[in-house]
Amino acid sequence: MERNGQTLATLKRGEKGTISAVDTSDPLVQRLMTLGLVEGAEIERAGSAIGGDPMEFRLFGTGISLRLEQAQHFAVAEICADF
Amino acid sequence: MAFSRNSEVRVSAANIPVSGKYDATIAVVGTPNSGKSTLFNRLTGLKQRIGNYPGVTVERHVGTLKVGGKSFELVDLPGTHGLSAHSLEEHIAVDVIFGRMEGTRAPDAILAVIDSTNLYQGLYLAHQLVELELPVVVALTMSDAAREAGIVIDTEKLGEALGNVPVVEVVATTGAGVEDLRETIGGLAEAPAPQPPVIWPDLEETARRLASNAPEPIRKAEVARLIIDGLTAPDDLLMGRLGIENHAEIMHVREGLFGTQPPLACEARIRYEWVRATLADVQQRAQAYLTWRSRIAGFFNQPVPGTIGLFVVMAIVFQAVFAWATPVMDVIDAATVSLSTVVSGRLGDGALSSLVSDGVIAGVGSVVIFLPQIIILFLFIILLEDSGYLARAAYLLDRAMRMVGLSGQSIIPMISSFACAVPGILATRVIPNRRDRIATILAAPFMTCSARLPVYALLIAAFVPAEQIGFMNLQGLVLFGLYMFGIIAGVFTALLMRKTALRGPKPPFALMLPEFRRPNLQTVGIQLLGRIKVFLRRAGTVIFAVTVIVWALAYYPRAEPEDLVAGAPVAALEQAENLAAARQMEQSWLGRMGRFVEPVFEPLGWDWRVSSAVIAGFPAREVVVAVLGTVYAVGDEADADTLSGRLKSATRPDGSPVFTLPMVLGLLVFYACCLQCAATIAVIRRETNSWRWPVFAWAYMTVIGYFGALLVYQLGS
Repeated sequence: MERNGQTLATLKRGEKGTISAVDTSDPLVQRLMTLGLVEGAEIERAGSAIGGDPMEFRLFGTGISLRLEQAQHFAVAEICADF
Repeated sequence: MAFSRNSEVRVSAANIPVSGKYDATIAVVGTPNSGKSTLFNRLTGLKQRIGNYPGVTVERHVGTLKVGGKSFELVDLPGTHGLSAHSLEEHIAVDVIFGRMEGTRAPDAILAVIDSTNLYQGLYLAHQLVELELPVVVALTMSDAAREAGIVIDTEKLGEALGNVPVVEVVATTGAGVEDLRETIGGLAEAPAPQPPVIWPDLEETARRLASNAPEPIRKAEVARLIIDGLTAPDDLLMGRLGIENHAEIMHVREGLFGTQPPLACEARIRYEWVRATLADVQQRAQAYLTWRSRIAGFFNQPVPGTIGLFVVMAIVFQAVFAWATPVMDVIDAATVSLSTVVSGRLGDGALSSLVSDGVIAGVGSVVIFLPQIIILFLFIILLEDSGYLARAAYLLDRAMRMVGLSGQSIIPMISSFACAVPGILATRVIPNRRDRIATILAAPFMTCSARLPVYALLIAAFVPAEQIGFMNLQGLVLFGLYMFGIIAGVFTALLMRKTALRGPKPPFALMLPEFRRPNLQTVGIQLLGRIKVFLRRAGTVIFAVTVIVWALAYYPRAEPEDLVAGAPVAALEQAENLAAARQMEQSWLGRMGRFVEPVFEPLGWDWRVSSAVIAGFPAREVVVAVLGTVYAVGDEADADTLSGRLKSATRPDGSPVFTLPMVLGLLVFYACCLQCAATIAVIRRETNSWRWPVFAWAYMTVIGYFGALLVYQLGS
């Protein structure tokens, strides 16, 4: 969503970040927010299916999968690698 | 749009009295995969009633909990992440909670089932539940897994944070803590409603004001819910309940509360802010260390190992279904044959003997023979689902499914359909969008179900040469080809529908990927037994009725008895008998029907006997084996001992064989396509709530089957 900004889609496997902004125009994104993908939530990229889409994330220890298309709506800040 | 039936439900379930047996009704609410059903089974044991909610096929599980001389009615609701409903199952859960479900009493109290390892999402639901102004008890499930993962929860603080609710840690799989929970539930109905912190004063105030002006009593929590859920719950429900006629007024209320932001997004932000603050206070998390679960997950979440793993798992399942079941199936086969022989020996000749041995035993036996395969297939599917692997399969295959206009969520129904399309179609209920759901429902019956298998097995064993081609056996290759054909035809159908009648936006996909967990034996056992019961009931009713009808159609009207020449040589006598039986078959109702439709199937290379067997198989495709057994049990072919032997020696009047390889391959294609299953048609009717889709599916599949068979036969000969 932001130019040159990091989103969930650009997070690499093993990297952790905090959601900093959400583009809420997509109803599915709103639905994902009710699952806890809101500003301030810490999230880690855990893996992906073949071709990098959908992706798997860990949100407070729980696995959740998102498609690239939706992952782009979540801006991420404070990224650090965590192994 | 998809769930507009909500607007018609105005039944105030609060007025339905608790039946004399119960002191209170308690709704069991929890997130999916929280171990809710296992806990429900623990609490109610075998005292459960399973039915359906009116108008839909979502199962309604109700059980009885007796504690301290009191008796409680427990209603197990479909899993939901929150009270903002998207899928059919979530709508049911929310309707029951608010007493909007016809025939189900509004709950007096709530048992909130929260997964200890996922308190983050669990508290979101729990906080919505404590706002309902009903007594609540929180059961923290999987506390053993939480401990293993280094999570420590301060239950007292958690109870306080939720407004003074009792919190009980349990391990549903072992039963630890369940006794405590039982006692807490015993005092629940008299307990005061929780006093949760007000985290959204504006909404609270607005809801209170609107509720107090409403023409009939309505709880402020329900008003708040309906204000937020304009996207998923119809606004006419809200306006009707509040006595507001002007939609602009609702929009005005929303604008004041949420500004330009979507209400759902506002709710999520406010609640999760509270959840995060609460979590910091009540939960301690040791630095993540690797458990065996996360090690396995870590392996499977890499693209290549994950995909290879998926294919290995599927290969093991199919191998097990075919290899492990065979010995047991042979035993059942031998048993039915000898039982049939004994019975016809005892009863002698005549209508009764023929009915019992040729009709009932042969017919029902030919169906019961798949029981071992069905048990193995269902066992694997239940194990895969319970261990959390099916969700991962959906995730891994999402991209492939997207190419045909579906999402990964359609995978679970399709895999289930390899056992039987009926549970497969029921599994589509988790798909939120109606168009995606119907496209999946139309694809599911193409998957090779266990009832197609005996037809395939019979024809392949008899007519496909057992040659080795490379490292593959030709027979196995044909069977594999038929499975692939079913998958391709189903996927093609979904694609076709998504491009035409069911055109629409790309289906969304977001899925919780649960931790791998050891399946609970009790839960697996209960589910498996339920499936076996359904199957046997079907064999005992539908299949039984069809075989008796088919038998009668083949047995009546009787041919005139032939004048048998007394003292004729035995061989001649046998020949005469066979001729008489063949004549009987030909002039019976079934024979007449077969000959009547023969011209239709003539281009496919079928004679009237095959045609009549195919017609008899329309209510239940597995019947066809039994009917082929009946129609080829008589006449010239009867000399051969086995059914496949008889089919091989079947000839036309001009002496040419009926079953040539192109004809058999065509027949297999016909079976791979046709919707010859009354149960599937009925379940499509119920799930789509119209006759349009089952009629379409039937006609569409029959036409494809016919022309597929025609093509194969004409090209082959």
